[in-house]
Amino acid sequence: MASIAVPKRSPLSEALKGARRAAENSSSIWSWIATVDHKRIGILYGISAVVFFIVGGVEALLLRLQLAQPDANFLDPDAYNRLFTMHGTTMVFLVVMPLSSAFFNLMVPLMIGARDVAFPRLNAFSYWTFLAGAIFLNASFFTGDILNGDLGAPGGGWFGYAPLSLREFAPGHGMDFWMLGLQMFGIASLAGGFNFIVTILNMRAPGMTLFRMPVFVWMTLVTSFLIIFAMPVIAVALFELTFDRLFDANYFNAEAGGNPLLWQHMFWLFGHPEVYILILPAFGILSEILPTFSRKPLFGYAFVVFSGVAIGFMSWGVWVHHMYTTGLGTVANSAFGISTILIAVPTGVKVFNWMGTLWGGSIRFRAPLMFAVGTVAMFTIGGLSGVTHSMVPSDYQQNSSYYVVAHFHYVLFGGAIMALFGGIYYWFPKFTGKLMNEPLGHLNFWLMLIGFNLTFFPMHISGLLGMPRRVYTYNSDMGWDFWNLMSTVGAFLIALSVLVFLYNFFLSLRRGKESGPDPWDARTLEWSLPSPPPEYNFKEIPTVDSRDHFWNTKYREDETGRVVPVLAGGVVEPEEEHGDDDEHGHGIHMPSPSYMPLIASIGFPIVATGLIYDYALVPVGFALILIGLFGWVMEPATEED
Amino acid sequence: MAHAAATDHLETSTGIDNKKLLMWLFLASDCLFFGAFIAAYLLYRGRSVVGPYPEDLFDIPFTSVSAFVLLMSSVTMVLALAAIQRGNVRNMRIWLLTTAVLGTLFVAGQVYEFTEFHHEGLSLSTNLFGTTFYVLTGFHGAHVTVGVFILMSMFIVSMRGGIQQKDSLTVELAGLYWHFVDIVWIVIFTLIYLIQP
Repeated sequence: MASIAVPKRSPLSEALKGARRAAENSSSIWSWIATVDHKRIGILYGISAVVFFIVGGVEALLLRLQLAQPDANFLDPDAYNRLFTMHGTTMVFLVVMPLSSAFFNLMVPLMIGARDVAFPRLNAFSYWTFLAGAIFLNASFFTGDILNGDLGAPGGGWFGYAPLSLREFAPGHGMDFWMLGLQMFGIASLAGGFNFIVTILNMRAPGMTLFRMPVFVWMTLVTSFLIIFAMPVIAVALFELTFDRLFDANYFNAEAGGNPLLWQHMFWLFGHPEVYILILPAFGILSEILPTFSRKPLFGYAFVVFSGVAIGFMSWGVWVHHMYTTGLGTVANSAFGISTILIAVPTGVKVFNWMGTLWGGSIRFRAPLMFAVGTVAMFTIGGLSGVTHSMVPSDYQQNSSYYVVAHFHYVLFGGAIMALFGGIYYWFPKFTGKLMNEPLGHLNFWLMLIGFNLTFFPMHISGLLGMPRRVYTYNSDMGWDFWNLMSTVGAFLIALSVLVFLYNFFLSLRRGKESGPDPWDARTLEWSLPSPPPEYNFKEIPTVDSRDHFWNTKYREDETGRVVPVLAGGVVEPEEEHGDDDEHGHGIHMPSPSYMPLIASIGFPIVATGLIYDYALVPVGFALILIGLFGWVMEPATEED
Repeated sequence: MAHAAATDHLETSTGIDNKKLLMWLFLASDCLFFGAFIAAYLLYRGRSVVGPYPEDLFDIPFTSVSAFVLLMSSVTMVLALAAIQRGNVRNMRIWLLTTAVLGTLFVAGQVYEFTEFHHEGLSLSTNLFGTTFYVLTGFHGAHVTVGVFILMSMFIVSMRGGIQQKDSLTVELAGLYWHFVDIVWIVIFTLIYLIQP
């Protein structure tokens, strides 16, 4: 994005300048709408993700209610399809990805010693486009006769297998909303991916070499590379579906010679890297929490980093394990079976490194560590059932059964979601200045762990007993009744644990104990700042001289190798009161707020709505995008004095 | 600017300018975008069940000329960058405009080609060839069109004195994009027009 200073000021630009002034007042709502501060964008991402976590969770509860008893009629088959489609799509694209993005935004600049990301306005654009897509996708519910149980939402599964997702088999507009909404998430993720790669490679503090970066930053880097290479592939698949559904093209039309495998290959060529896009940020969070609460450096830093990089590369060579039963032949199946077994190796390496980190540490079982340890255990179970999928004959047996559902919930809920919750408990004090309530945190953890296992462990069994997934009901003589009832009870326990979390969150926000800057006696740079950090993060950019730089300012080893505190070490920058006139007291100019990213983002759902309902809207949407982008390029990034 | 902005013009860890790195990453990502469309075209090549087929429609001499026009626009783009790096704003304007005109000519050629094919009975929904050909080359044409927009915007800004020697990076970034779109066309032209099964 080239920024070109335009010398002359038109009345429009004067008006915009006034609007920007309004946004400068940090307590007004406009300051959030126009914000380009990575911390605020991170908070917006986080709040949105939690809201959609509740939406997706309610969808899951409805599904579980339907399956609690055999031959139930709580949901009709059509509503069931739409709800599981929305549940999957929501949890992947509207919960785990944005919650990971929230942590990228919040943590990466602080951890590498930067004042913001490389492109603050691109960052805002990424958030607003994500939100526009999320609202657009969920608006599909209201396109049907929702009061009579006709949900207008997409019903073709989160994988949207063509030709089943074509107009002929998925009539109505549901899948249109799905494919266009996903396209918006793709744009948002791409913008974020580019931004974080540039930030991490280019914005590191002096001395912060790549191999001194916290592992979370490494995992963000690997994830961002996966995003920028995987998202274009799904974009193409979605464009092909769009042309087929809206303009009668033939990509997946078997009558014209189209091949349904094209969709599956493209979807899973995106889909498997996507799995690691979901889990690697969680790995990064674990690698920060475990050393802090073991009071030891991460065991085998280089192994953890290189395993993450290896996973990133290998994730491109395993997608056919989603397609063993499509008849690609024994050679393809064997090759991808072997690559799938191999990708378990770097993943296993990480699990051992985390255990090695805990080993011999002086462990403090605070809430973040509970979630982290729980994640390692649950992810290991999910990883092991994943290895059983790599065996082709075994997979033939498990394919499309609840065993698969059990597997990916163990890695995505037991792995990603639990780690992200741990991350919230861990970093909540940094951005609020308050500690989260510890007993409630433990209650939250145990309820979630028990509820999670009660929900998903029985699915291994119902799956092995032959229960197919994506089916809205079952007969009572199949022997699945008990296991399904267990799953439903467990799902409500998870819901209860989430309620405890929300209560804890709001309670702590109001009445939490003051945390101070470094409540966990932690290792990474963000803890050297006041809580919450000032807008410009670092008054002076730190010079980093080792991997655990901040820790080393607090502790050193004496002659006998014992760790002793450094006298007067670990000095945290004192918090200062900033009057309005003092805001630029340090000569630190932060990027000005901007409405342009929001304007551009609003254009996307308008274009999409136009494509579905009335082409007249399409140019309106494109005009907004253009106005936003041009305004963005033309306005100066930082207000001059 | 009195003070360097927090994110602008700061010395970067790698020494590569942020915007340049961003452009390279975008282009790398775009490779996958075109790669996937080209793969779909190649997968479906020769699989159309009804005509018209590529050999009935392709006018290689015509498309060669428009490909040549696009390639020449890369040369003029290089000249525009060289001019501004030497501080010659006037020449940069001339070459930017020439590049934009050549790009527009290429797009015009594509519009003509699409219209011709359509007259001869090839629509998006006729067969697999129609689907994969129009979508792939259409997305390439869209990229060229975006490029022309960027060039014309830069031309207009430079008329108001907005691009000086110190802003040569802006021209360089537009050039990177423009050359990439050219290279993609070389691949498409070779794989789709020249190499027929």
